[in-house]
Amino acid sequence: MKVLVPVKRVIDYNVKVRVKPDQTGVDLANVKMSMNPFDEIGTEEAVRLKEKGAATEVVVVSIGPAQAQETIRTALAMGADRGILIQTDQDLEPLAVAKLLAAVIAQETPGVVVMGKQAIDGDNNAVGQMLAALLDWPQATFASGIEISGDTAKVTREVDGGLQVLSVALPAVITADLRLNEPRYASLPNIMKAKKKPIDIKSTADYGVDVANRLTVLKVTEPPKRQGGVKVADVAELVSKLKNEAGVI
Amino acid sequence: MAVLVIADHDGAHVRDTTAKTVTAACAISGDVDVLVLGASLSGAAAGAAAIAGVRKVLTAESAALGQGLAEAVTDLVVSLAGGYDAILTPATSTGKNFIPRIAAKLDVSQISDIIEVVDAKTFVRPIYAGNALETVKSSDAKIVGTVRATAFKAAGEGGSAGIEAAAVPGSAGRHADFVSEEVVKSDRPELAGAKIVVSGGRALGSAEEFHKVIEPLADKLGAAVGASRAAVDAGYAPNDYQVGQTGKVVAPDLYVAIGISGAIQHLAGMKDSKIIVAVNKDADAPIFAVADYGLVADYKTAVPELMEELARIGK
Repeated sequence: MKVLVPVKRVIDYNVKVRVKPDQTGVDLANVKMSMNPFDEIGTEEAVRLKEKGAATEVVVVSIGPAQAQETIRTALAMGADRGILIQTDQDLEPLAVAKLLAAVIAQETPGVVVMGKQAIDGDNNAVGQMLAALLDWPQATFASGIEISGDTAKVTREVDGGLQVLSVALPAVITADLRLNEPRYASLPNIMKAKKKPIDIKSTADYGVDVANRLTVLKVTEPPKRQGGVKVADVAELVSKLKNEAGVI
Repeated sequence: MAVLVIADHDGAHVRDTTAKTVTAACAISGDVDVLVLGASLSGAAAGAAAIAGVRKVLTAESAALGQGLAEAVTDLVVSLAGGYDAILTPATSTGKNFIPRIAAKLDVSQISDIIEVVDAKTFVRPIYAGNALETVKSSDAKIVGTVRATAFKAAGEGGSAGIEAAAVPGSAGRHADFVSEEVVKSDRPELAGAKIVVSGGRALGSAEEFHKVIEPLADKLGAAVGASRAAVDAGYAPNDYQVGQTGKVVAPDLYVAIGISGAIQHLAGMKDSKIIVAVNKDADAPIFAVADYGLVADYKTAVPELMEELARIGK
């Protein structure tokens, strides 16, 4: 069975985000970029499925600028087998991304798609569910556990108030939550090996789907800053302030 | 123009998040219907009908809807979508699961985590873990989105909307099957809607310590329990306690952070709280930059003192 893993190149999660003064977006010039952390978890899970013998091939897809090849290489160094880059400088919306992925899947026919639940730039949390909808596949989002036996996946999901277990007939789309696994660090030999693995470069036009944006970003602003308050000397002062000044207890 | 709000409820009651989403919906249109779906809706439908500003309540009952299966919810909502210009639901784990599926079926670009309705097609939403806010205008015929409930005031009570049953379409396509659910029963208030939240961080050092220190303090204050991602990752607290960008976003009247350093990811989930208290032994911890009241102290001494002091004032 083939596993398809979409990965996105995003601002590194440790970088302090700065809004551009002209309010057109976030400043990405000379900023460290990395693989979206949830996609790392997705990649790790796919590689583990291969190591366990549940999968035979792990194909990584990224949609983004030429530099997204580096993101694909990272996944290849973790153990994925080959990559597809749909190269575009357009900032695509989740619906367009899902349509492109659906077109890739029509060609690749994977048995399962494992991907991050959300990208930490747009924070939409939408592509996986949209992809499942477009393909008419079952979905299991926010996975913290995946067990595949035959053509069925048993997925444990993180839901409000606890956990839910679903059984999904494959093919299906599964999105990864934080606790699914801890992604490995790629070893130097594997990083070297990854350089020789193939990456197919495509363009959005190759897939003949409508990728026009539906949303116009009117402006991007900084959130209102919260002012820090005072330091209190001890617990007695704290409780007194909460009771008498803030009135919250 | 009409808006359909998909209710967040527990069968017996509609949650506060629903009334807050109705407020967001009313900013789009005066015609707001609420869809209550699930397996048993005894009190929830009546609760939805009592929300001020609601025109009509639709109910839909089936086992699959009760299990929150995205495929079943999508089939139902898409069958009703013709009568609406906007479809909204609170940004809970359930809502986030089904809304994008509905949006894709309707060929609409979703608006996630709406925090402000500028006009019927224009919305403000957080990006980059709340470090930036984007204002987006949709050119789609319909709006489909999730609402960050903490950003809106709850619509009042006193409504008397009629209740109608909606036809539930049969399951047509491939779908996931429910196996089991493990919901933690607790007498504490729910994290997302609590007036007071007490959260613990990595400084607690173990699940036992978290249980021993954070939970009694929460119970003394009648608070919900939260945790930082670091504490959840380390296994000190369950995942559904997580407050932050990737967990729950809360905005209680009082947020008490114990042994939490204040990573950006955590601040994104609690910085809209009315009053923030931080107890941390590191005076330079970033949490103090957002705390209204900061106490530089080891939680090991500060929390027992806090328990005593609260007892002294009759808590």
